[in-house]
Amino acid sequence: MKSMVKPEYDVVIVGSGPAGSATAKACAERGLSTIALDRNREIGTPKRCGEGLSQNSVRTLGLELPSNCIAQEIDGAIVYAPNGKRIDIAFEGTKGYVLERKVFDKWLAGEAARAGATVIAKSDVRDLIMDTSVHGVKANVIGEDMEIRSKVVVAADGVESLVLRKAGLKSGKSLQCTDSGFQYEMAGIDMDDNRKIMLYFGSKIAPRGYTWIFPKGKDVANVGIGIGPMHNNGRTAKQYLDDWIASMPGVRKGSIIEVNAGAIPVGGFMETMTGNGVLGVGDAVNQVNPIHGGGMAESIKAGRLAAEVIDDAIKKGDVSAHGLSAYDQRWWSEHGERLKKVEKVREFFEKLNDDEMNDLADVLSGQDLTDLSHGIGLTKVIELYMKFKARGLVRKLTG
Amino acid sequence: MAVKVDEGKCIGCAGCVAVCPTEALRLEGANPTCDASKCINCQSCMRFCPVGALTPEEK
Repeated sequence: MKSMVKPEYDVVIVGSGPAGSATAKACAERGLSTIALDRNREIGTPKRCGEGLSQNSVRTLGLELPSNCIAQEIDGAIVYAPNGKRIDIAFEGTKGYVLERKVFDKWLAGEAARAGATVIAKSDVRDLIMDTSVHGVKANVIGEDMEIRSKVVVAADGVESLVLRKAGLKSGKSLQCTDSGFQYEMAGIDMDDNRKIMLYFGSKIAPRGYTWIFPKGKDVANVGIGIGPMHNNGRTAKQYLDDWIASMPGVRKGSIIEVNAGAIPVGGFMETMTGNGVLGVGDAVNQVNPIHGGGMAESIKAGRLAAEVIDDAIKKGDVSAHGLSAYDQRWWSEHGERLKKVEKVREFFEKLNDDEMNDLADVLSGQDLTDLSHGIGLTKVIELYMKFKARGLVRKLTG
Repeated sequence: MAVKVDEGKCIGCAGCVAVCPTEALRLEGANPTCDASKCINCQSCMRFCPVGALTPEEK
């Protein structure tokens, strides 16, 4: 495929998930010569994702989702406290989607291609061309080794980002800020309401995380779990999920049609996501909501911002860390400060024991939970929590 | 120091590569490999692994 690849571009993007494809599309629309290389032989596969995306995100991002990207429309959520008490978050009409990522990711890559970018699957970037600055990549493109030079390289290569580490940028990841994720896509299961996502909390179910059912049709769903590796008592995410499924007759009766696993960044936002001739977007730089672990919307926002900054930097002839640093500044003011608040909510919730979570479930409304996932209303919850601390003391004294 | 990968259990999710503080782990092909000269036996990867595919390599 050498005929499709030029020796030099304005921008080489490593990875063609939502972050990479959004960056590629926005760069191409700005007239930058752009190539995106994806390691997988099929873009969007294997997925490492529960596939949920809110309608609010779709609208804010202006995505014109083709219908075949949508597996199931969602109009609410059911949240289960450790004692089984449920909180219903119901909306009128569709408020979100469970996507078919294999279709969605290919559609996003196609959008980048239609905007003028080149996208090539099964292209493994193995090293960078660099001195004190990054000047391109060394890649195996469908079996052919080649060097591709560029003014800027974008690391959109996921949690394990090779580009960031080769470029000497610290990814900010730690066990504390990474959830261990495991998921089955299941068929033939019973669901009370396949227009609701279901979330199950509790230290015995999913320590420092939750178990989920994200419907993908009448009897098909992603059934998954994310847990904190520092809180798992030596048990794996798979063991927790398997035990939970064993306790759920309507799920246990189903079949497993896909197995997924992955690391979910839940914090650790980076002050510096830029270097000389390089910057990072998406999971590579932890751009994920630390409460629900969703990363698609944040990735697409960041990709578009990155393209804007890269375009400016190239026009000004300064793609050094200094020239690209507007990306750090703007990401923090437009997104990072909000996500940092969500991280504080996560840190608060992970200190709660099951009794305290049950107490909170008695008083929190669906709207409160929705607000919290956006980093809003923590003060109110902390006030409630202080009351419950007192109640827990009474329980200890009287029980 | 090094870690051993049970390829029967490994899904290839690369989360271990992400949490390794010394860049001892790399995903090459479907499964991770460990550079024994970089591994400090912190066991972060083992604590993270969703499927328990990683164990200490006995010398």
